[in-house]
Amino acid sequence: MEIGFRLNGQGVRVSTPPTRTLLDWLREDRGLCGTKEGCNEGDCGACTVMVRDAGGARALNACILFMPQLAGKEVVTVEGIAGPEGALHPVQAAMVDHHGSQCGFCTPGFVVAMAVAHLNGARDHAVQLQGNLCRCTGYAPILRAAEAAAEVEVPAWMGEARAPRPARDGGEVSPPYAPRSLDELAALYAARPEATLIAGATDVGLWVTKGLRDLPEPIFLNRCADLARIEVTEAEIRAGAMATMTAVLEVVEGSLPSYAALIRRYGSVQVRNAATIGGNIANGSPIGDNAPALIALGARLHLRRGEVRREMALEAFFLDYGRQDRQPGEFVEAVSFPRHAPGFRVWKISKRFDQDISAVCGAFDLTIEVGKVKAARIAFGGMAGVPKRARAVEAALLGQPWDAATIEAALPAFAKDFAPLSDMRASAGYRLEVAGNLLRRYFAEMQGTATDAREVRA
Amino acid sequence: MSVSKPLPHDSAVLHVTGQARYVDDLAVPAGCLHLAFGLAPVARGRITRMDLAAVRAAPGVDRVLSFADLPGPCDTAPVAHDEPLLSDGAVHYHGQPVFLVVAESHHAARRAAALGQVECEAETPILTIDEAIAAGSRFEEGPRIWSDGDVEAALAAAPHRLTGRIGIGGQEHFYLEGQAALALPQEDGGMVVQSSTQHPSEVQHKVADALGLPMGAIRVEVRRMGGGFGGKESQANALAVACAVAAAATGRPCKMRYDRDDDMVITGKRHDFRIDYVLGHDGAGRILALDVVQHARCGWSMDLSLAVCDRAMLHAGNCYLLPAARITSHRWRTNTASATAFRGFGGPQGMLGMERVMDHLAHHLGRDPVEIRRANYFPEVEGGGGGGGGGRARPPPPLRGSPRDISEQKKLEEAPRAGLPAGAVPGRGRRFGGEYSPEARGARTFYGMEVTDFILGGLTARLLETSDHAARRAAIGAWNAANPVLKRGIAFSPVQFGISFTLTHLNQAGALVHVYQDGSIALNHGGTEMGQGLFRKVAQVAASRFGVGAEAVRITATDTGKVPNTSATAASSGTDLNGMAVQAACDTIRARMAECIAGLHQGDAGAVVFEGGGGGGGGVVMPFAEAARLCYMNRVSLSATGFYRTPEIVWDRIRGQGRPFYYFAYGAAVTEVVIDTLTGENRILRADILHDCGASLNPALDIGQIEGGYVQGAGWLTMEELVWDERGRLRTHAPSTYKIPAATDTPEVFNVALWEGENPVTTVYRSKAVGEPPLMLGISAFLALSDAVAACGPDYPALDAPATPERVLAAVARVRGRG
Repeated sequence: MEIGFRLNGQGVRVSTPPTRTLLDWLREDRGLCGTKEGCNEGDCGACTVMVRDAGGARALNACILFMPQLAGKEVVTVEGIAGPEGALHPVQAAMVDHHGSQCGFCTPGFVVAMAVAHLNGARDHAVQLQGNLCRCTGYAPILRAAEAAAEVEVPAWMGEARAPRPARDGGEVSPPYAPRSLDELAALYAARPEATLIAGATDVGLWVTKGLRDLPEPIFLNRCADLARIEVTEAEIRAGAMATMTAVLEVVEGSLPSYAALIRRYGSVQVRNAATIGGNIANGSPIGDNAPALIALGARLHLRRGEVRREMALEAFFLDYGRQDRQPGEFVEAVSFPRHAPGFRVWKISKRFDQDISAVCGAFDLTIEVGKVKAARIAFGGMAGVPKRARAVEAALLGQPWDAATIEAALPAFAKDFAPLSDMRASAGYRLEVAGNLLRRYFAEMQGTATDAREVRA
Repeated sequence: MSVSKPLPHDSAVLHVTGQARYVDDLAVPAGCLHLAFGLAPVARGRITRMDLAAVRAAPGVDRVLSFADLPGPCDTAPVAHDEPLLSDGAVHYHGQPVFLVVAESHHAARRAAALGQVECEAETPILTIDEAIAAGSRFEEGPRIWSDGDVEAALAAAPHRLTGRIGIGGQEHFYLEGQAALALPQEDGGMVVQSSTQHPSEVQHKVADALGLPMGAIRVEVRRMGGGFGGKESQANALAVACAVAAAATGRPCKMRYDRDDDMVITGKRHDFRIDYVLGHDGAGRILALDVVQHARCGWSMDLSLAVCDRAMLHAGNCYLLPAARITSHRWRTNTASATAFRGFGGPQGMLGMERVMDHLAHHLGRDPVEIRRANYFPEVEGGGGGGGGGRARPPPPLRGSPRDISEQKKLEEAPRAGLPAGAVPGRGRRFGGEYSPEARGARTFYGMEVTDFILGGLTARLLETSDHAARRAAIGAWNAANPVLKRGIAFSPVQFGISFTLTHLNQAGALVHVYQDGSIALNHGGTEMGQGLFRKVAQVAASRFGVGAEAVRITATDTGKVPNTSATAASSGTDLNGMAVQAACDTIRARMAECIAGLHQGDAGAVVFEGGGGGGGGVVMPFAEAARLCYMNRVSLSATGFYRTPEIVWDRIRGQGRPFYYFAYGAAVTEVVIDTLTGENRILRADILHDCGASLNPALDIGQIEGGYVQGAGWLTMEELVWDERGRLRTHAPSTYKIPAATDTPEVFNVALWEGENPVTTVYRSKAVGEPPLMLGISAFLALSDAVAACGPDYPALDAPATPERVLAAVARVRGRG
């Protein structure tokens, strides 16, 4: 297929196989070797590029970014970060001044991620760089560089001169692969139910880069703007399937702080900028982090096939490992969930705090009235072949007095709800123990006991 | 003078602008082919059938090679000839290369390699240390045992004994740039190889051997690596040999790079260890005897395991004086990827074993772990060595069972070091008195090396003060009492790391320096740049010798055609060895120039000063460029080689006796952590480090090594966990499953300072090596976790490494008596 976009300020028009990655294209076809391949799966950030459109500038991993996802956008690589006549960008100058590079291989990715954060005025430097791995420096000098650069203005060349052009450049995508609206998609997918839907490609990308699969008939969803819409009312949030996790984070930040805290640990900035809430649900992973949170919140899933729509409680969608209640040609259109849930808490447990996959993810939404448990929705990821409610635990809590004895009495019910597996992330025994302990944590936190290691300062 | 300035990395601007080129970034000639390995599907067995028809038929495939198609075994091993490039029919580990795809593109090669049908008659693999012990599957004829004194008798005589065990996981290097090589066939049958290797001479040697050519027919070039950490000391050989063999067969350039998952599956990692210890002590915190048994899992081939395990033994006592010691080292052969060099080279495992002993002893006695450590330090030598303090006799064996009055010892122990009476020399043994005083015991390691440069006493005192250790320790106790769920911990740990290759002949280096008639200087040496800043430091040395700015020195790629017979850039030795060789080359040229110019001006050659060179006076002063031009016009050679070999080292690895190290590098860290007792999740809150780089050649680069080494060491001991399944498959073969520290894991408060001093032995500008030692500062993070766990109950945590949330939670249960 042929697509158009802008690369470091120049319009380009490219004929490309649909699953060619931007990274391979940059390095092999354009000879732009500044962007590095570190892991080829979106976990190290060495391939970070800046992608801009009307929605702003964001950092993305080029190794799992398919060329058609760029249609009509502006791509800035490390080669495009410096100014005219080679003037260093403030983040580049700060990286030199603060000795932020050693072997230098991760550095281009850091520089681009830092330049995006700098442009967007972000000051939470460690979070902004959670998706960039460095094995040499221990990050200290890089964080110092980011802090120093934040005091310097965004250079002019990052502004107007690089402002994205209208999507005219990208208008060449062959229509069958890239519907422009939800309705087009519904019709297309109903007619071609064998197609692979590609949203952010943070998972599907690995089918190609690691699974070495061909994806016959990919359908790229990135131009369906109406599928990315997030509607917020007083009581409810309805997120279109193509809403990125970055967009979801912005919406839930005020009203659902625990969910927001979870999303800040979901992948990395680069991953959240690509990953979509619909993709995370639709792939049915038992360790996707949205599902347990949303199930506990009582989310409803909205599916569509052609013109036919249906909805269900989110937990009903996950039938079995690798199997969801989705018909051929049917796709996730949106997920809706309450905007406020004061009793809601969700925590993930992993070897590394950031950008790791959950060993266990537990979500709780309990309602306590006059000292008793009035309502309980508890859901876990990583504990079964699907994200799953802890019905026995819920039953053990319902109607009981809200005290430590009730919590302890409910703990044995976890073994009724779950028989987790042992794998490289954790043993079955650990998973089961921690699941119970998260209920203890929930109780402790509600009692005002300090339970968050992240809030402890030296 | 250029040395001691905090100049940025030589490639810093190239790094940040994306212009720095790595092997995979080099423009290749037209027709370049790309390679990928097909991998063994079982951990142990014999290949019964290999159907590669689909591989050959895959799009873009030029040819597919198996063992029989190679010109010979094409051995890739660094020491023993036990690693054929491709399996000769025997499969030794899951992921062993069994065939080689040569294709038109990297992706074509990878896709084709996945199509191979390799059938094996599988045998039961030997995967764990226990399985290897049961099978007697080992390297060398038996364990290496080094002992000093009569350990059995000393243990029997000791009033108290303490036994324990620690399991220590391996570590994936996770250099950001994966392994890569590019071979370019030459008109005369020779080969030029671009390799991401720490050891160009070995790549040259292995390529020559594989092709049946003399070493002189092969030229290997390395401009830079995207990280090495030991993982490119021997592991780069296979790719270079594969490329050279394929290039020789096809007559076309061949390039190979591992995809990350292949890289993690195929290549070796840090050795995992199990260490058992029996400690004899006096009940007052003093070590009387130590019996340590180290079990190392070496993987399927020997690689560098013997030397790694030797170094683990050498650091089994860390910085403590052991009146009687026995170190037994078993090197187990298993059906896993062959464990290899990794920053510290066994030293970290050995040292962690000793720090576990000290931690355990302190907990057992209910004493301050810092004081227990200080009480067992080697004696400090006034002025930090320089030949002083040598020549003492070995310590007498401890007296058996006789009761002793320890009241005076206790009093002296309790007195803070800083409060020693005027005139008292720290480390002169007065702080103990009695029969076990360092004065009586001498200052020798159990392997017979005099410790003449010990500075940890003073360094420890300074760090404890700057880190406010005592007050924080007290505050943490109070905080823990008030917090039922979260617990904090704090720990101090010292590092004494021996500097030199333990294989003595490797301690040599060469350099080639050119001065051009315009005064520009081109610098070549045998060291490789992997991010550590070696090129910058060595250029600072050259600039200082010539009295010019560092920018006047042109740094060029490491090239076996320019400097031959180089040692690996390893063992922290890069600057020590190559800096001295460069210094020698520069001095040769400088002397010729000075003589020429002095002759022209009827002056004294010794008084010739090049501009910017500082000092001088009374002699001839002129710009360097002018001097170079004059020398050229007067037919003076402006090119010279330089050579260096480390003096004074003698080592018998079988007896475990001698002076394996030219000197020691020192450092210490205090780390504070918090754990969640419900989940085992944990976090480093603060780290304070004081580290000894001698007279630093470049404080900025040295601090960078320290910060990075600490985080890498802490990662090794906390979140980095390698998991193999029961079939011997590595389950953590990508960053999605193997977690190195991320930006939010770096301590929020991170204070790093350099100890002010200079190396008492004559290293380059009296600096000290810095590559490996700081990694072991991360041990303090592990010990801090142990301390936090210990706050949960009366028992000893006995944490194994890595201290993942799961292990921390299990330890919490253990100390509460539920484990």
